[in-house]
Amino acid sequence: MSVLVYTESEEGKFKKTAFEVASYAKGVADMLGTEVTAVSFGAQSAGDLGNYGVSKLLKVNDEKLQKFNAKAYADALKQAAEKEGAKVIVLSQSANAKYLAPILAVQLEAGYASNVVALPEGTEPLQVKRTAFTNKAFSFTTISTDVKIIGLSKNAFGLKENQTQTTEEDFSPSLTEGDFAVNVVSVDKAADKVTIADAEIVVSGGRGMKGPENWGMLEELAETLGAATACSKPVSDMGWRPHSEHVGQTGKPVAANLYIAVGISGAIQHLAGVSASKTKVVINNDPEAPFFKAADYGVVGDAFEIVPKLTEKLKEFKANNA
Amino acid sequence: MKILVCISHVPDTTSKINFSEGDTKFDTAGVQFVINPNDEFGLTRAMWFKEKQGASVDVVNVGGAETEPTLRKALAIGADNAIRVNTPATDGIYVAKQLAKVAREGGYDLIIAGRESIDYNGGMVPGMLAELIGANFVNTCIGLEVEGTEATVVREIDGGKETLKTGLPLVVGAQKGIVQESDLRIPNMRGIMQARKKPLNVVEAVEAGTHSKAVKFEKPQPKGDIKLIDPDNLDELVNLLHNEAKVI
Repeated sequence: MSVLVYTESEEGKFKKTAFEVASYAKGVADMLGTEVTAVSFGAQSAGDLGNYGVSKLLKVNDEKLQKFNAKAYADALKQAAEKEGAKVIVLSQSANAKYLAPILAVQLEAGYASNVVALPEGTEPLQVKRTAFTNKAFSFTTISTDVKIIGLSKNAFGLKENQTQTTEEDFSPSLTEGDFAVNVVSVDKAADKVTIADAEIVVSGGRGMKGPENWGMLEELAETLGAATACSKPVSDMGWRPHSEHVGQTGKPVAANLYIAVGISGAIQHLAGVSASKTKVVINNDPEAPFFKAADYGVVGDAFEIVPKLTEKLKEFKANNA
Repeated sequence: MKILVCISHVPDTTSKINFSEGDTKFDTAGVQFVINPNDEFGLTRAMWFKEKQGASVDVVNVGGAETEPTLRKALAIGADNAIRVNTPATDGIYVAKQLAKVAREGGYDLIIAGRESIDYNGGMVPGMLAELIGANFVNTCIGLEVEGTEATVVREIDGGKETLKTGLPLVVGAQKGIVQESDLRIPNMRGIMQARKKPLNVVEAVEAGTHSKAVKFEKPQPKGDIKLIDPDNLDELVNLLHNEAKVI
């Protein structure tokens, strides 16, 4: 018996979320009195995984699994779970993890709880706290199956160091033709841009920006902070910014450390989508904007004056704290 | 091509969320219900296949009689037939098993379901359904074309998108992007009148277990008071973000 964790990597390097899900898996393993086994597709060695409580790493180095394939990855994880006798499987809530989790759940006849935000409240039965109603509420959910899958929301648990000796083992799952019935033909991904999913800081603009031509100042602010850019629903509906930047209830959820909303009034759907962010700053010329009731820090005034000034101040700060 | 669109009956996005019976039940008092937005994007794409490629479009919902107005709305938008599986939507696997039976019996080529419902946000029914019926599956679908038995699907990935090719039968988890917001249709009077005459078949549930249960709900803690910063003193904001919030 062990807790199995799916660790994601990019170009052979573990992503930060891999360390977060490993930290969480270690917490669950401690509750169950067992150890953590990680599965990685493409990582050459355990690297820093041992800092986060992983006792064993199963390395899948199949040529066919170099690139993500939901069905084949699910099949491989199923075999790893069976080999390790895993009762709990932990994964992130990246687009890829959310894609494969329900497939894996059916294969293992496992109950799956997504968007989990804390360690289980109890293990008999296993009860987890998860977000529901698109961050407008939390739901305490029990899972009754023998094997359980937990999808951990980004930034909900954080990194917990836990020095552990990690043994490494090659793992070769047996795959079928049926695992490869869906095939990627092309990928379109900006290599040098911070994505909303990975960003620690997100700078977001609303209708108050008046037009797409004014986004330069937000991009500069974002660049200064190493942040991703995002926008409100009306902005994406009007085509000022791509849909992939729309955050809110029907767009992307944002669980950043810092969310800066510029010229966004704060409709209930928008606030729900960003509520998992830890610190929120709102810049708006309307002191009555609902966002002021949901933010930690606010500046009432003209965004066109405040944003460039703030960028300058932050550049100074960065220079002094480099 | 036979298309099935799975419809969830969810509270409107502007709804305030409250709970009753000791925080164990969602309080539906005063709540407007709508077609789950992710499903509506999918349904609108299905209409395109109906109009351009002669596809037939059925819609299905797992739920009690109170969900019928939502199915009627889908018929008014242009679906041909509606099916309601007469049982509460208890958990993800239970709903997926109900849909699997409808899917198998209907012999659909393409099944479109929203990537998640905006109420319970499980995000699991489309993938489970695909796996249960042995269909191909693509999640977070933002583009879909079908030629003969081959589908080209665009999937949103973290930080971009990818294009995939696969065969039918196919299940997709749809979201905004599969059609644009401006493509969504408001049913007109003719559609509403026709919808009244279209078949809405009620079928009984299959025996299936559940894997999970929402035992209690909680609302987030209200935010503490906001700190307002003078626009002429942005150094203070930088200072607060660094020393108090510790985010920069």
